[in-house]
Amino acid sequence: MIAQRIEKIGSYTLYYLHDIGRMGLFLFYALLGTFKRPFRFAALVKEIRLIGANSFAVIFFTAAFTGMVLGLQGYYTLRQFGSEGLLGSAVALSLIRELGPVLTALMVTGRAGSAMCAEIGIMRISEQIDALDCMAIDPFRFLITPKLWATIISVPLLTLIFNVVGIYGGYVAGVYILGVNPGAYFTGMEHSVINKDINLGIIKSFAFALIIIWVCAGRGYFVQEIKGAGFGAESVSRVTTQAVVISSISILICDYLITAVLL
Amino acid sequence: MSTSTIKFIDVYKTFARNSSNPQTVLDGVNFELKPGKTTVIAGGSGQGKSVSLKLILGLMKPDSGQILVDGKDVAQMGKKDLKEVRMNFGVLFQGSALFDSLTVYENVALPLQERTKASSDEIRERVTKSLAQFDLAGHEDKYPAQLSGGMKKRVGLARALQLQPKFMLFDEPTTGLDPAKSLEIYRLFYKTQQEFGYTSIIVSHDIPKIFNLADQVIVLHQGKMSVFDSPEEIQWSEDPNIKSFVEMTMGHVYQSHEMERIQ
Repeated sequence: MIAQRIEKIGSYTLYYLHDIGRMGLFLFYALLGTFKRPFRFAALVKEIRLIGANSFAVIFFTAAFTGMVLGLQGYYTLRQFGSEGLLGSAVALSLIRELGPVLTALMVTGRAGSAMCAEIGIMRISEQIDALDCMAIDPFRFLITPKLWATIISVPLLTLIFNVVGIYGGYVAGVYILGVNPGAYFTGMEHSVINKDINLGIIKSFAFALIIIWVCAGRGYFVQEIKGAGFGAESVSRVTTQAVVISSISILICDYLITAVLL
Repeated sequence: MSTSTIKFIDVYKTFARNSSNPQTVLDGVNFELKPGKTTVIAGGSGQGKSVSLKLILGLMKPDSGQILVDGKDVAQMGKKDLKEVRMNFGVLFQGSALFDSLTVYENVALPLQERTKASSDEIRERVTKSLAQFDLAGHEDKYPAQLSGGMKKRVGLARALQLQPKFMLFDEPTTGLDPAKSLEIYRLFYKTQQEFGYTSIIVSHDIPKIFNLADQVIVLHQGKMSVFDSPEEIQWSEDPNIKSFVEMTMGHVYQSHEMERIQ
């Protein structure tokens, strides 16, 4: 009984060590693919469209309503202290430092990360990745590297859009609905938002982009080697769910760590 | 005629080695392909037929033993050498493994685009010619999902032959096809082998029909391989395992070796 348990612990430990190792190698080879020729520029543009441009609507609506909610909530809290004029700074700082990067990353994970994981997973189970290997075409350079750079380029830009739309969302709620002075909304923001806040947001969005591509593409790539995932179509669906969950949680943990270190 | 050959020396492969239920797929296997000829690997499901193909391609490593491709051991090779060896292989996968998101034309052109320095005009010319040869003219812009099973196989074969490989590996080339379509694939196979002179391995369930094409037959049973110089030789085997295999799959002697050639 005890021996069995120890065996189980050992087998899990080995599995997770192996998993960490192969995921590390996955990222390494995906980055290495950047330096291999020919670089697939057309594929990069296509992926930017899929991951970035096609996420615009989702990001726009999430940002607009997040900004508006922040405007409403912030207004009623600040009014208790008679400082409605600070609404602009409150909305902008929450968005630029935290909500912009985090919500953008979570939305991209849900929309593009899951699609990426399923696509690569299906290519794996239908032997398309093996076919690339057999044709002596590096699957990392061919498949993963364009997605990697497309995500790293798209997520920070989407974060930027999120922040701008969110700030105007707050403006709509604060100024048009609740009657805050429009000049005060932007002046307060100009005084309180400093470079450090913007840098923090940018660093976060790059880090989150890396998490999304690493976890989602990586899980899809190893779909057949993941413990308890099952086989065939079922394995792809389970692993896609798993990828979204791991990616989302990692983004939130990483958010805390970056804030703790850099703030 | 090709002089290229593949040799297995004492190859062992076991799955789930550390578990309580290890599965030995190859148990000390030895064989050598005849250069420029066709070897058929037959055997029941789960007897390691596809595993043998994966070992040859270096997609899997054996537990021990040597797999010599033109005298070089693929089991010991690094990624770079493996890539070079794979340039000599064409593979027709069981599910064709066409790239879902690429059209028929793009699928067939891919090896040329990625692996040669041919100009796009040259590529267009070659691909158009080979699509016509495989009866696929007019289907260039279709996606794999819009093709029938037989057409997919033909596209797969056209793609695999683009770089004029020294070896062709066929994993269940006729599974899921009706007899007429199977015959069509066999004819294309025969024709292209005459044209390119490749050494080939066919893994197949389609017994005894597939034996028409065989110059050598390997029967896999419980991890052991028995090699026969002709399909007829199998019938005279004294080995009880082979005898039961013959009775199960062939019923009676099938001696239409010449039939395919006449057709």
